[in-house]
Amino acid sequence: MNGAAQPLIFHPGTPVRVDRLPCVPVAGFRETVIRDVEQGARLAALFGLETATGEIELVAILAHPERGVLAALTTRPGAAYPALTPDCPQAQGFEREVAEQWGVLPQGHPWLKPLRFHPPFGKRPSVWPRTQAEPARPGMINFFQMTGEEIHEVAVGPVHAGIIEPGHFRFQCHGEQVFHLEISLGYQHRGVERSLIGAPGKRTIHFMETLCGDTTIGHAMAYAQALEALGAGAVPSRAQALRAIALELERLANHVGDLGALAGDVGFLPTASFCGRIRGDFLNLTALLCGNRFGRGLIRPGGVAFDLDEASADELRRRLEQAGRDIRSAVDLLWGSPSVMARFEQTGTLAPEDCRALGLVGPVARACGLERDVRYEFPFGVYCFEQIPVSTWTSGDVFARAYVRWLEIQRSLDFIYAQLAALPKGPISGAVGALMPEALVVSLTEGWRGEIVHVALTDAQGRFRRYKVVDPSFHNWMGLALAMRRQPISDFPLCNKSFNLSYCGHDL
Amino acid sequence: MNLISCLHMAVALILAPLMLGVINRTKARVAGRNGAPLLQLYFDLGKLLRKGAVYSRTTTWVFRAGPLIGLAAVLGALLVTPFGKSGAVLAFDGDLVLFAYWLGLMRFVTVLAALDTGSSFEGMGASREVFFSALAEPAFLLGLVGLARATDAISLSTILPSISAATWLAAGPALALIATAWLVILLAENARIPVDDPNTHLELTMIHEVMVLDHCGPDLGLILYGAALKLWVMGALLVSLLTPVRYGVVWQDALVFLGGMLILAVGIGLIESAMARLRLARVPQLLMGASALAVLALMLIMK
Repeated sequence: MNGAAQPLIFHPGTPVRVDRLPCVPVAGFRETVIRDVEQGARLAALFGLETATGEIELVAILAHPERGVLAALTTRPGAAYPALTPDCPQAQGFEREVAEQWGVLPQGHPWLKPLRFHPPFGKRPSVWPRTQAEPARPGMINFFQMTGEEIHEVAVGPVHAGIIEPGHFRFQCHGEQVFHLEISLGYQHRGVERSLIGAPGKRTIHFMETLCGDTTIGHAMAYAQALEALGAGAVPSRAQALRAIALELERLANHVGDLGALAGDVGFLPTASFCGRIRGDFLNLTALLCGNRFGRGLIRPGGVAFDLDEASADELRRRLEQAGRDIRSAVDLLWGSPSVMARFEQTGTLAPEDCRALGLVGPVARACGLERDVRYEFPFGVYCFEQIPVSTWTSGDVFARAYVRWLEIQRSLDFIYAQLAALPKGPISGAVGALMPEALVVSLTEGWRGEIVHVALTDAQGRFRRYKVVDPSFHNWMGLALAMRRQPISDFPLCNKSFNLSYCGHDL
Repeated sequence: MNLISCLHMAVALILAPLMLGVINRTKARVAGRNGAPLLQLYFDLGKLLRKGAVYSRTTTWVFRAGPLIGLAAVLGALLVTPFGKSGAVLAFDGDLVLFAYWLGLMRFVTVLAALDTGSSFEGMGASREVFFSALAEPAFLLGLVGLARATDAISLSTILPSISAATWLAAGPALALIATAWLVILLAENARIPVDDPNTHLELTMIHEVMVLDHCGPDLGLILYGAALKLWVMGALLVSLLTPVRYGVVWQDALVFLGGMLILAVGIGLIESAMARLRLARVPQLLMGASALAVLALMLIMK
């Protein structure tokens, strides 16, 4: 038994020296990760990095919510190692990513297909042998196929009917019923992680704000926290409060937009139209904070770039109350319409055990009854002092995902009112010093889609030698594929909208 | 055939797209929006007819013939559709069967054109369309049979104009059942909520729309115009059934009929605003329900 290794225990937002990370043999690494995940931890990140000798090191970050701590350990797998995924399904995306980025083969991975279709870093050989004439191209994989009478295949995307991001969906159907859905993304890959090596620089914050356009605040906040941890910066409490207000406004705008889009997908026009407008009202409130509807330019390492004066705070409160009343009447229409409920209930049901096994996050996990919320499990900023209750529902279907959003809308509104009523006085920005060299920091925030993980590793000069971003969509796309099993294919758009995942957040 | 009925047909040809404008405007108003202009479909048709068309290399003449034959078929149906309380251009015993088959032909060529593309979307749409219309047709025909029996006539131009207040007094419940069944069929056949969503962009959920995804330019214009005419002819039957007054004066009857069509359009808009689409698997139940209503009406009339 006890080949399991002892990982390094630390807290999010606290830098640790890289040389304290235990580097263990692969067997011990696997055993620890699998054991901890079985016991309720979550694989928050698993990524590769290149050591000075050119060897690849795998770093696993495990989140232990019950203790509020993180655990990290590393291993050097060489060219191949026995995959974690068969024993720990939530590693599936991470291991595919490592294989693609570093050419390290996870042997026995049941689903080893490229994620983003780029050549490996540093001219390493790819685990998918390709010729020069036939480079990796998005969507060019061996899709899972079924054979048999009356089985038909439906391909959707990468060009979609609506104005949305590109992604390819391959359905194996029997009549109207979906047996299997395979999702192949990578069309939006920009190479953000690679371009962050050697950062931070002037452009870095802009990369962060556009990692996933609708989660500007969430990602910028995670980045700012990472930098503040490494640079021993203290964020004034007024800035902390303004950040939290912005984060909740982002959540409000997106949740409202999602409820409207869900209504639109079932052809229920009143809520669809109203929510479209009210989403704009919430976006405008973010613009009131910083002049940009998506919150670009608000969050800066050390604090925030814009203060909220007395008059604007009153204006914010007044418009928030109005939007809050509007959204209540628009959303009440949804729950009060039997025809809408008939579409939402028991559509795209996800079992809690699948949700747990795949390590899903955010409203999707909470809709399965899992109390998974970074604001509660690993509180950051103002959330250390001001609790937002975790909103859960148990049915795991489209209705649950919609209803959790509605619960969160109400709680976010209450939270912002409370913050505005007791906005601390003082400066809005503090200094951030030189970054700690040879250090690792993990920064967590709860964006509107769920847990955002940023892991920064610095070199001897205090520059990033690796910056890993895990967007909540990275975990949750697999959940969508699973939720579609045995569903009518005509319900796919509705299910998809209830997850509303990001393509570019996944593709980075 | 006479001049008045030809004039009536011309009015139908001109006003049919307006009905969709009224529906869309109603939906927009209920949702708190201004909405597109009432004449939007006319603008769209004008734009589409000026465009060129792109044809996939996998398609054959079937694909190109679809919209033409489809429009011709619905024009055929319009020929035998009475204009409220005045007779149609063509009227003869048994034209009600012809009416049903004109619409059947229209659907048939649309389905063929969809299958001709070889696209999985269009195939799915075609299969849904055929399945649902097989359930919708009996309800429609049974309703016609019931009315024929109630009025002792077998021509649409005789049946519908002769439905008067007296008919309603004599067979009110049966007529109400038929009207309800026809309303359901009208919504189903014309791709309206709760069966289909004419506004959606989501191919996987569509029924009618997905079958015409590959058509563009003038072909799409013909299809859209044909769809507007189809809504008009089916609406005309329903409105004629529901208006028991007949003045005998051409312009008065025409005004009552057009008023009825306006109310119907607003009504459809309100229905679409008030409810969500049905789950696709529930649509057959709705159509079976309509058939059941029509059977019940027939039994009430035959008793």
